[in-house]
Amino acid sequence: MLAHGEIWTIKELFVYPNEFIYWSVQIVMYPFMTGLVAGAFVLSSLYHVFGIKQLKDMARFALVFSFALLFVAPLPITLHLQYPFRAVNVLMTSHFTSAIAAFGIVFNTYFAIVASELWFLYRKRFVDISRELGKKQDKTLVEKIRYLLFTTLTLGAYDISEEALHRDEKAVKVLAGIGIPVACFLHGYAGFIFGSVKANALWMTPLMPVIFIMSAIVSGIALCMLTYIITMEIKKFLATRRNASRGVFRSKEEIIGVEVSVIKMTAKYLLFFLVFAISLELLDLIFRGYTAVKSWDVLRSVIYGRDFIDIFVLQYGIGNLVPLILFLIPGLTIRRAVLGVILVLFGVFMMRWNVVIGGQAFSLTFAGYMHYHMPIIPHDWNTFKEGLGGVLSIAIMPFILFWVIAKIFPVFAETPNELRS
Amino acid sequence: MITRRDFLKKSVTGIAALSLPLAAFEIIDPKKLMASEAADKAKVRWVFLVDTYQCVGCGLCVKACKLENEIPYESNVTRTWVERYVITNDGKFHADSPKGARDGFLTTKIDLGEGKTEDIRKEDIAKAFFVPKLCNQCENPPCVQVCPVGATYQTTDGVVLVDRTWCIGCGYCIMGCPYGVRFFHPVYHTAEKCNFCYHRITKGLKTACVEACPFGARRIGNIKDPDDPVTKIIMTQRVGILKEEYGTKPQVFYLGLDKEVR
Repeated sequence: MLAHGEIWTIKELFVYPNEFIYWSVQIVMYPFMTGLVAGAFVLSSLYHVFGIKQLKDMARFALVFSFALLFVAPLPITLHLQYPFRAVNVLMTSHFTSAIAAFGIVFNTYFAIVASELWFLYRKRFVDISRELGKKQDKTLVEKIRYLLFTTLTLGAYDISEEALHRDEKAVKVLAGIGIPVACFLHGYAGFIFGSVKANALWMTPLMPVIFIMSAIVSGIALCMLTYIITMEIKKFLATRRNASRGVFRSKEEIIGVEVSVIKMTAKYLLFFLVFAISLELLDLIFRGYTAVKSWDVLRSVIYGRDFIDIFVLQYGIGNLVPLILFLIPGLTIRRAVLGVILVLFGVFMMRWNVVIGGQAFSLTFAGYMHYHMPIIPHDWNTFKEGLGGVLSIAIMPFILFWVIAKIFPVFAETPNELRS
Repeated sequence: MITRRDFLKKSVTGIAALSLPLAAFEIIDPKKLMASEAADKAKVRWVFLVDTYQCVGCGLCVKACKLENEIPYESNVTRTWVERYVITNDGKFHADSPKGARDGFLTTKIDLGEGKTEDIRKEDIAKAFFVPKLCNQCENPPCVQVCPVGATYQTTDGVVLVDRTWCIGCGYCIMGCPYGVRFFHPVYHTAEKCNFCYHRITKGLKTACVEACPFGARRIGNIKDPDDPVTKIIMTQRVGILKEEYGTKPQVFYLGLDKEVR
């Protein structure tokens, strides 16, 4: 009878009998996904709170995308549980000395903030659609559903006078302001879950939450840029087609112009946070080597030996250094930006991987090693959810959700009127 | 008619009340207050004493434990195990615990994992010894601290238990234990660990491993009883504990602990 984790763990030298890779790839996905949520939100707040006008087009987009990601963020950790249906126990008998116990509270607070910010941002639209459909006689089934949906979404607040809308704007600003520390907390807290495990020599550092926040913002910005570019490319494609048939308000050239300027602006913020993240990670590494406490011998053999490719080639090299150079070369093009952000996302994923899996690459004996072999072809539920299948499902989900949610909260101006405002 | 302002106010109050976890009420639970007072007066704190000089690595304790506590016999997880340490003349350290030493140590070769072994010549051995391991029932247990649902807890007599009906299987306690004593039960899929055979010791019996050890290498006792032979040894002889740098205050004491023991 196989013990949990035995199927993907290979032990080498002296390892305690009960040691296996218990936290597998879903625990890599968990900080990666929450990081994307937090990062996307911070990006949107840069416009709402600090009034960085160049990010206006990106801000709405990032907020809606953050909302889509938010639904996916708790899934990896739930899938990882041996008893996913008992996840609610965390809320029922929260044991607050545990870092995980606060997850429900932190997550729900954040969810409430993002949801209400979205509501204030889109309230006028809900009222408009609800009123328009309300007046219409003989509604089709789709229209009836739409009417019901948008009327519910108005929450009975139909006042869209200039004054009321001004108050909405203020509310968005306040919520975005509160949201930044909460988003940082949500993710710094994910870092705390690891950083506070005193039994794990690689994880235990007070720097962990800060490192997690910085890399979170980096990954969030990168994903927003990527999705933004993809969406704009689709828009471009549609614009060329539509131009011919029915008069369109945005020409292809216009879209390209907007796209490049938004991407250039966002890339600057990406660079700033990327440099900060790398510095912190290197500081941690240097500090460990310099102080060289008891665990350093085994850590060194993992960092500079067994995981050298994962850490220095894939994470720091391809994931950090190459995109850094790509973004620093003047005259940023869309194509270069796409390559850059994909590499950045890969780098942040590898960082999570090297923390979670790397932290279990050595034994508690400091005299043995464990190798993780991610299940690729699943042969039961366990090897599916904690293998490649589970990872891909989680990775695809936010995009599907974004497509659905963007139908209710459109991320781009739809009419010439909206465009002007 | 209820106004919107009132409706919103009442909703917020309602949601706030609903979101208050039941755990918050525990702080003022009078029953718990009384129990904690009783704990002070309790005259029992279970501790364990391992005499490594007596251990020959036969593995009967591991066998007995697996059978007593229904840990699938063939599975590679175990509540207790025995480690073999061999220090050679060149100062190098070799250690292993094949199958947790369930079948003892059948060969003099050191198990390196992945099916590889290392042969050490007798004349190269400077010293060699066995170290039985089990849960340390820490006074400051990190596993209890990190459990998000309170499914693992410390009894008033010091033993850390797991509630199989409430454990969500997150594995945080497994990651939090510096001694590697925790694992997921292959059948129940919840966190599992040695509990000093709590079902036996609370009925005046000895643990299965203590009963099974033919050499008296394992002993259980009550540190609060000054007449307990285990207490006397711990108080009068030089005993060691494992990994004290983690501040867990382990309650398994060792006679003849070596600096190489992990």
